[in-house]
Amino acid sequence: MIDDKAAIASTRKGNSREFSHLRTGISKFLRNKAACFGGVLIFIFIISSLLAPVLFSKDPNAQDIRHALEPPSLKQPLGTDELGRSILARIIFGGRISLAISLSSVALALLIGVPFGLVSGYFGGKIDFIIQRFTDVMLSFPPFLLALALVSVLGVGLKNTIISVGIAGLPHTIRITRGCVLSIREQVYVEAARAVGTRDRIILFRHILPNVMVPIIVNATLFFGMAIIFAAGLGFLGVGVQPPNPEWGTMLGSGRSLLFAAPHVATFPGIAIFLAVLGFNLLGDGLRDALDPRLGYE
Amino acid sequence: MNSEQLLSIQDLKVRFKSFEGVVSAVDGVDLNIAPGETVGLVGESGCGKSVTALSILRLLPKRSTLMEGNIHFSGMNMLTADEEALLKIRGNSISMIFQEPMTSLNPVMTIGDQIAEVFVLHQNLTWNQGREKAVEMLERVQIPSPNARSRDYPHRLSGGMRQRAMIAMALSCQPTLLLADEPTTALDVTIQAQIMDLMLRLKEKLNTAILIITHDLGLIAETVSRVIVMYAGQIVEEAPVGDLFKEPLHPYTRGLMGSVPKLGQKFKGGPSQLDEIKGVVPSLLNLPAGCRFNPRCPLAIAKCREQTPGMVRIGRQRQVRCWLVGGAK
Repeated sequence: MIDDKAAIASTRKGNSREFSHLRTGISKFLRNKAACFGGVLIFIFIISSLLAPVLFSKDPNAQDIRHALEPPSLKQPLGTDELGRSILARIIFGGRISLAISLSSVALALLIGVPFGLVSGYFGGKIDFIIQRFTDVMLSFPPFLLALALVSVLGVGLKNTIISVGIAGLPHTIRITRGCVLSIREQVYVEAARAVGTRDRIILFRHILPNVMVPIIVNATLFFGMAIIFAAGLGFLGVGVQPPNPEWGTMLGSGRSLLFAAPHVATFPGIAIFLAVLGFNLLGDGLRDALDPRLGYE
Repeated sequence: MNSEQLLSIQDLKVRFKSFEGVVSAVDGVDLNIAPGETVGLVGESGCGKSVTALSILRLLPKRSTLMEGNIHFSGMNMLTADEEALLKIRGNSISMIFQEPMTSLNPVMTIGDQIAEVFVLHQNLTWNQGREKAVEMLERVQIPSPNARSRDYPHRLSGGMRQRAMIAMALSCQPTLLLADEPTTALDVTIQAQIMDLMLRLKEKLNTAILIITHDLGLIAETVSRVIVMYAGQIVEEAPVGDLFKEPLHPYTRGLMGSVPKLGQKFKGGPSQLDEIKGVVPSLLNLPAGCRFNPRCPLAIAKCREQTPGMVRIGRQRQVRCWLVGGAK
């Protein structure tokens, strides 16, 4: 594996603290069975999403009423739904949507949250106060409620789901970035950078940002799982991605009324959500433990 | 203001706002450095040495610091200069070396890039040109295989090497003043000698003035021409290095010298008993009345507890802040 090679290479290069730090990080991660399991789940999730059009040539939204509500069989491994569509195909195509939502909303939260956190932590004072009170207001809502409220303002659909889930993850991103900046700001090398006449803006992006990336990345991994749950939750309530698009939460919602007649319609999307979120959470926890109990800081 | 001086500080007062009140960290410091001169600033931890250095570069936090007095550097008033002007001076005509070579380099940037940054900032070079210059600088500070080292991250280098890299960074724009804040404190003795040697040789070549801040009297004796001793935010003695070591005038300076172990010295209270200055540095929030050193001074008289002594000039080059010295005796 690549990780193994990197670990071996780093042992050869030197045994200084940071390298042994990276090496123990990698080996810690590999020894953590739960984290590896999470990694495998995510790997399968991403690969199947990418290969969905190759695996299924048929449109997952194409209806076939004659074969409606068939239980799992050899021909239809996970059965069909009330409109005769293959649930397996819809789950895998739904994975693409979940992946797109989680990627974009995490990207949105990072793109907005990280700069705000950097500025807030580095400059302090009034600007910090304003950003932090704004964050407090957002944190005072349960995050899902915040996403739900935003969707009800913005309207339903894929784009608005992404925006509201992204904003729901914003306050934590700002807080985590700010916290890390507060500790890095006091390092001698930041003062040294100021002493050679580096502008604040450049210090922030060239000297501070790379040093706070580890905790931000770990947090983003955990946020992936949350984004999937939120998107599915919105879909389930009917305010997320709209049918006939195969979104997991939407599928779960429409299968709910058939729970006794055809339990497989709701069960399999539920399992998909469960496994994807489990995967991201295990991966994120594993990364956090591997990189440092104190969030990657020395 | 004396126009021959490179740096001239008059009556500098630095106070910090804190939760417990305003702390006076530097109180009325006068300091002059001529071009090419090497001056030592000595004192215990917390006596205001580093604050003085940082205030020259205006690196103290703006919001919580109150500064008064005058700092003139080659004719420019540093206390009234705007941020743009300061950015041009920092790292270009005044640069600084910090105590901790282990933490004063950014762990996620290569050594070469960190030195190159100074060239990019001040000499309008491209990054690639800056990197070439960085290799030259590393060679100048005698780092072996500078080309390879310039692509290394700081953790691959030893403490001495990192301090050399810091010196390379500090001297890259041929500054006229170098502030060295305990440059060798974190290094072991053999490396200390090498680093000081290197700094002094480069100084000769570039005609840089150096302000060495330290608590190591041995280092001072070897390297500087003039010594300034600080105690609790004030200068208590200033003298050419030879005179100071021959005849320290201020009781605090004498105490400092007494507490340095000497080879072959017989200690009076048994083999492990070294002289010490009794007591601790007073809290800057609650300074004693009169002379700030009086509670710890073995020679203190009643006057010391009541009136603050001023600087007394002795001869042409010496000054001391003590009631017992000079005309005041």
